[in-house]
Order: sequence, then structure tokens, then C-alpha cells
Amino acid sequence: MGNRLDLSHHINSRSRAGLGIFFCPGVAVPLLLLLSILFLQVIPAHAFSAETQVAQVSSTVESGAVKAVEGVEVKDKASELIKSYKAGKSKRLKKGPPAPALEAKDYPVVEGVSPRVTVWLAAQMHLWFAAFVLAVPIFVLILEVIGMVTGDSRYDRTAYEFIRVSITAYSITAITGGLLLLSLVVFYPALMGYLSSVFGSTMLGYGLLFFIESITLYIYYYGWGIMNDGGGLKRLHLFVGLLLNMSGTALMFIANAWVTFMMSPAGVDKMGAFQGGVFAAINNHLWSPMNLHRFVANIAYGGSIVGAYAAYQYLSSKSQASRAHYDWMGYTASLIAIGALLPIPFAGYWLTAEIYSYSQQMGITLMGGVFGWLFIIQAVLIGALFLAANYYLWCGMGRAEGGNRYTGYIKYIAIVLVLSFLVWFTPHNIVLTASETSALGGQYHPWLKALGLMPAKNTAVNIMVIFTYISFLLYRRSGKASTVPWASTATAVEVGLFGAAILNIIFLGVYYGYYTDNVYKVVSSIPQVMTTLTVILLSLCIEWLIFRRAERAGGFTWGRMPDRSQYALVLIAVSFTWLMGLMGFVRSAIRQNWHVYSIMKDNSPEAYTPSIAYAARVVSFGTIVFMALIIFIFWLSSLGKGEENKV
Amino acid sequence: MHKLLKLFLLILGIYVLLKLPGLLFGLPVPSSLILLYLFFAAIVTILVMTTSDASANELFSPIIALLEEPARVRQRNTIFVILPLFAALITYLAVRPDSEGVVGFRSVHPAPPAVIEAYGQTYDLGTLENPLRSLESSEPERFRSYVKEGGDIYFQNCFFCHGAKLDGRGHYAHALTPRPLTFQGSDTISQLQESYVFWRVVKGGPGLPKQAGPWASSMPAWEGILNEEEVWKVILFIYDYTGNKPRQWSH
Ligand code: HEC
Repeated sequence: MGNRLDLSHHINSRSRAGLGIFFCPGVAVPLLLLLSILFLQVIPAHAFSAETQVAQVSSTVESGAVKAVEGVEVKDKASELIKSYKAGKSKRLKKGPPAPALEAKDYPVVEGVSPRVTVWLAAQMHLWFAAFVLAVPIFVLILEVIGMVTGDSRYDRTAYEFIRVSITAYSITAITGGLLLLSLVVFYPALMGYLSSVFGSTMLGYGLLFFIESITLYIYYYGWGIMNDGGGLKRLHLFVGLLLNMSGTALMFIANAWVTFMMSPAGVDKMGAFQGGVFAAINNHLWSPMNLHRFVANIAYGGSIVGAYAAYQYLSSKSQASRAHYDWMGYTASLIAIGALLPIPFAGYWLTAEIYSYSQQMGITLMGGVFGWLFIIQAVLIGALFLAANYYLWCGMGRAEGGNRYTGYIKYIAIVLVLSFLVWFTPHNIVLTASETSALGGQYHPWLKALGLMPAKNTAVNIMVIFTYISFLLYRRSGKASTVPWASTATAVEVGLFGAAILNIIFLGVYYGYYTDNVYKVVSSIPQVMTTLTVILLSLCIEWLIFRRAERAGGFTWGRMPDRSQYALVLIAVSFTWLMGLMGFVRSAIRQNWHVYSIMKDNSPEAYTPSIAYAARVVSFGTIVFMALIIFIFWLSSLGKGEENKV
Repeated sequence: MHKLLKLFLLILGIYVLLKLPGLLFGLPVPSSLILLYLFFAAIVTILVMTTSDASANELFSPIIALLEEPARVRQRNTIFVILPLFAALITYLAVRPDSEGVVGFRSVHPAPPAVIEAYGQTYDLGTLENPLRSLESSEPERFRSYVKEGGDIYFQNCFFCHGAKLDGRGHYAHALTPRPLTFQGSDTISQLQESYVFWRVVKGGPGLPKQAGPWASSMPAWEGILNEEEVWKVILFIYDYTGNKPRQWSH
């Protein structure tokens, strides 16, 4: 069963593989601190919260600096401020200034540099790396726990290799974060000033958390070998991993608060003046849906990048042993990616529904207006992700001796997937030529228009999820033979369950989607999702019962995948990256000409919404740069692996 | 049957199937969609056929043989001539000048502005509601009479374009691009809030944002012709007649 390399290889090569150390805590952290200080110097005075002003005035007064020359007024105002400041240490003055109305002179000009594109690309780069770096420790920790519980050293080894890939990326995350901050401060000082009048306190917390994250990450990574004693030290190691994850997730939640505040501001009055409760601003209308969506998507994304890493190594492996290792790693990573992918459409649906309910204008801009076309690209890319995932599983049947038993089903799964996929991306608003318009007598095709609406899409995506799961199920079964006598009955029950679930999903979609009030259209998606989740959980339970004591029908021979399948892994990573970039653009662009929606106008020359083609070019450029950097990182991490391939 | 042939026939079959609605019922599936559908059907078929090395080899072997076998030089050269010619033909058909207009990415339901100015006041489209809507439950009688008045307004002003059945097929409709929209079906005005419809009626084509091509739309701006109450009444009518309910979120 596979090859067993021992961990000492990794540890020996640690000094070479972990080149990240030269980038990271030594450079990135001080860099960030330096930037934060710079940032505080640059923001305009009105941005300082009242608290700071009180503190300044009070120190001036107390040192007797206020002289009669300055008049009684000043002194009165000052002592008033002091009084209210001292009135209750906990009940301090916190109200912020209103959002400034900006003019052209508030936007610094740097000859030949487009502020929007600079900030855009810096933010996007930072986000890609951050998503990867935040996600990897989550499943690394889970793998480590699994490895400890099952005693299967492959998990531990793979977990270690995952984190090693992410360590170089970590330094780049910090660097791109610094670049983003720098470009924001340079180009949008007034906006940053305003945001810090609301979020000042969270920014400090952010810095602190970042520090904790860096320290725990380095202990976690460099302590892996030393602390791997299988006892108390290992537990401590797991605890450090937990801390690492907690600080990382908290970091993301804070950043999400800033971003969602810009879309659905809360905790401020109509003029944008901060009302003092920072949690109200954090917990704005879109914060929770965004947190969920990003959290789940990050895991899928992290899995996909690690999968691409495994594919890279698989394709460049020279020995059968290392092919086996990377095959297994790619499989594990793709399972993580696909497993996390399944709930994302639902999280995205929640986020969209909340955007609609927050503002009709934003909602329609998002789905109905020009950006509607990007959603078609999104649908196509998501479909491509599902297809690639299924393809990988189908190819995986070749690993099993008994695989041929199930390959006959592949084409039926494929037919269902294609049909659902076609429904999934059929737009409501179709591109028509003039003669088609007149033949149809309108903008819509009388038969196809129904496919363009959400109920049809929800139905299609649920069916796609179920059939992707069935691919997985058949793949799993191909390596096993059950010993229990009632296995075929149980299988029949499973088939019945799937059938009932699919009928139910279709019924819900068609009936509530097209024959009832609009209110139910939205609501019907929830029982659909519940049906999907229930049937998958039930099937997992039944599978577990059937195969609990199963004998392996030859089991899986790792490393026996066609090279093509590895490109499916790469495709998954690239599609994810591009998708995140495109939809991230949409998410941000639906604010239209607002820095902070409905409160602070963007009055810079670049406040207009760029054309989709332009946006797609910027995002595609970013994707290429990111992928190039990622391949560079893969290459760096493989430097220390020379001797391993010779095993 | 050989795999490659199967693939070819399958794609051809799907193509014919997608063309049928246009040929038989005069309801063509838009060519932009046919292209997408075919593309993905082909991709998935190829994926299914290449899940194992054995079947992938079978699929590609004729192509490889054609390219590599020295004996098949004739065939090879013929195909190398035909293929580019075929590509040229397709390109020519796509770019040759004809009377079709340019296909644009027009959005039928563009995002509304946050506020509009009309009848000497400012309406906030985020909160605006049809003031007559509440009568539906409180004073059904009066509500019915408003709907009826709305119907009169409709047939005096709108039906030339939007049709006697509100299906977007009025007398003038066939001459207009874009077409007047239908109000029938559960996927039209029931997807919109009444404030949105109010904006569309009051500001018409000229009030559309740039992305929706205000220059193309022939929908008149009714603010100079109908007063505010009449607009609300005709809106009541178009929902009532088609059995649609306006989109609502909060309740
Ligand atoms: C000259 C023809 C014409 C007349 C008369 C006309 N419309 Fe329209 N109307 C259109 C066209 C064309 C469109 C759709 C094109 C577009 O997107 O602007 C449209 C769109 C609309 C829409 C938007 C529907 C949607 O789904 O977004 C509404 C509502 C509407 N018309 C209501 C009316 C009402 C009410 C009247 C009468 C008071 C009226 N129209 C009279 C041509 C007309």
C-alpha cells in the first residue's frame, strides 16, 4: 500500500525547503509595523477619533499650556472635554466625524499610475494568497488529528507537506498585504482616514492577531518534527495549531467587517458619523453571510491549490514511490476542495439574497444589470469545477482492481451532469440576434426562459451536487467488496433514497418556483438544500455500515492515474483563482460610485464602473501573475526534495 | 462503432436536436446558446471517453495514425487543405455583411437609480411603495375600480405596443427593437418591485442607465402625459390582469 517515506527526509531538508524564513518574520512583520506607523502619520487629522483628541487636549491643559492668550473659550471647551472624559472611564466619548465629501484634490496623483488598478491588483493578490494561507492550516490540523487518531503516518506526513507549501506563501501574503495597505494609504488617504475613525480599534487588534498568527505558524511548522513524540508534545503541537487557526480566522473576520461595512454600512448615522459602537459597525448586514461564504470558499480554494501542487509533483516524479505519494496527496487535497465546494453555492445564495434585501439597487446591479453577464461566466466556471472534479473521480476508478465494475455508470452520471449544467448556465436574458428576436417575438425564448430563473438553477445545482457525490460513492466502492449479506438490499435502499430526493428537489423547484407566489421562490431553495444534505448524510451512514468490515477487493494502487487526470487538478485550481477574481470584482463594483455605499461618495476620476471586458482583462492578468508566483513557490518547495525522488 | 465516429455523431445529433425548435416551431434556440450547449456536451463526452488510458487511446488512435503513418500522406494532405478551408468558410459566414444588427449585451432589467425626480418631488426607489396597493385588503371595492381605471389607461396608451393580452405583441411591436416587454408569465414583472415598474413607466427608455442602451428603447417616458396616480393605477392593472404579484422582500 503505497510507499512509506519517513518524515526525517522532510526534517533534514527543512532548512532548505523553508526558504520562507528569509522572507518572513524577519522582513514582513517589521515591514507591516512600519507601514502601520506610516499610515497613522498620513491619515488626516479629522480622522482621529474624539478619544484621541480628548487625550491630546487634556494633556495640553494639564501641563498648563493653555494660556489666557488663547481665550477662555478654548479653555472652557477643553475642560468640558476633560470633564466628560473623566466622567466615566468606561463611558468615553467615541462619536466619530461625519464622512467627508471628497473633491479631486483629496486623491493624490502619481503620474502614470492608476490608483484603482494598483489597489485592485494588490488587494486581489493579497486575497488569493491569504485565502490559501488561511485555509491550509485548517485542514492540516484536521489531517494531523486524523493521523494521530488512526495512527496512519501518511496523514501526518501529508499534513506536514501541506503546511510546508503554504509557508512560503505566507510571507508573500504579508508582503502583498503591506502593498495593499501602502497603496490604499497613498491613493485613498481620506477614505482610510474615515475608515479608521470607525474601525481604529479593530485595526490594532488586527496587528496583534497577525503577530500571534505569525508566531504560532512558525512554532507549528518548525516544531513539527521535534514535537512529534506521539504524546504530550504532540498535543501541545495540536494546540498551537488550533491557536494558529483561531487567530487566522479572526483576522479574516475583521477584514471582512471592513469590506462589508463599505457595502452595507452600519453603526454610523446618515452622515456617516460613527456612533460609538464598533460591534454594530462590524456586525453589519452582510458580515455574517460574507464570513461564511469566504470561510468555506477558502477551504475549497486551499484544497485546490494544494491539489495543483500534488499534480505538479506527480507529473514531475521520476519514481513510482513518489508518484504513489503525490497521487494520494492529490486525492486527499481534491476531496477537501470538492467537499468544501459542495456547500458554496448555498452560501453564495444566502449572500446574494442578503445583498438584495439590503438594497434593491445593489441586488439588481449584481444579478440583473451588466454584471449579470459575469454570472454566466461564473456559472460556466463552477460547472467546469464540477466536471473536473467528477472527471478526476472517474479516472480514479482506474486505481482499483475492481474499478471496471462501475465504469459503465459513468456515462449516465455524465448525461445528468450535462443536462443540469446546461440549465445551470442558461441565462434568463439571452444574447439574441435581431432575426432571432423577431422570430421569438420578444427578448425571451418561451421554453427556455423558465430555465433562466433561480428555482431552475437551484434545482440543477442540487442535482449536480448529488451526482457528484454519486461519482465519489462509486469511486469509493470500486476499491472494496462488502462482506455483509444484506449489502444489495442496502444498495437498493440507497438508490430509492436518491430517486426520492431527486424527485422531491424537482417537485419543489417546479411547483414552488413556477406555480406559486414569489415569496416561495426564495424559500423553496431551503428544503431543496436540506433534501440534498439529508440524502448524502444517510447514504454516508449506509455506506459506512455496509463496508465497515469490508475486505479490500484489491484495494487501490496509488500512482496509477493517467496524466490527464492531473491536469483536472490544475484546472480546478486555475478556475477557482479566476472565479474568485471575477466575482470579487463584482462584489466590490456593485457599490458603484461609492467608497462606502450611500455614505461616502467616490469622487475620484476613476469612480466609473469599467466595462466587463476591461475588468476581465485585469483579473486575468492577476490570475496569470498569481499562478506564476504559485508555480515558483511549488518549485521552491521541491528544491529540498531531490533525495526523496531517489528513494 | 469506433469511438471517434461515435463522438462525431453524438455532437451532430445534439446539434440537430437544438436546431429542431427553430425549424419545426419557428422558435429558434438562440445561436449563442447552441454554441455553449454544444461546446459543453462535446467536452463532457470527450471526458467520459478518456477516463482510462485504454479508451483514450482508442479515441485518439485514428487521429494519431492519420498524423503519423507514412502511408497515409494523401489523406493527411487532403485533410490539411480541407480543414483550413472549412474554418475560412465559418469565419466568412460569421463576418460577412448582412442586415442583422450588432448583437449587444443589453440588459433588459438594468439596475435602477437610488432616487428619481418626477412630478416635482424626489422618490426613493428603495422604499417607495404603490400607495393604492393597501386598498386591496382594506377597501376591495375601491381597489377594483382603480384596477378598472388602470385598464382604461392601459388601452388608451400602452396596448399599441404591449398588446391587448399584455404579452408584448401589440400592433407596433414587430417593428421595434428591442421589443416591448411582455407582462405575462411568472418571470416578468413579478420579479420586480412596484417601485421599479414605477421608474420604468415614469422615465421610460430615455431614463435608462447607459448599460441598457437608452437610445435603443422606444418605451416612452410617461411623466409628461400621465399623472402620478394614473401611473400607479396602470401598474395595478398590469399586475392584476396577468395574475402576478409584485416582488416583495420584507413580508
Ligand atoms: C412605443 C411603444 C410603447 C408604448 C406605447 C409603451 N411601451 Fe412600455 N415598453 C416599450 C418597450 C420597447 C419596452 C422594453 C424595452 C426596454 O427595455 O426599454 C417597454 C418596457 C416597459 C416596461 C418594463 C418592463 C420590464 O419588465 O422591465 C414597463 C413596466 C412598461 N413598458 C410599461 C408601459 C406602460 C404602463 C405603458 C403605457 C402607459 C407603456 N409601457 C407604453 C414600448 C412601449
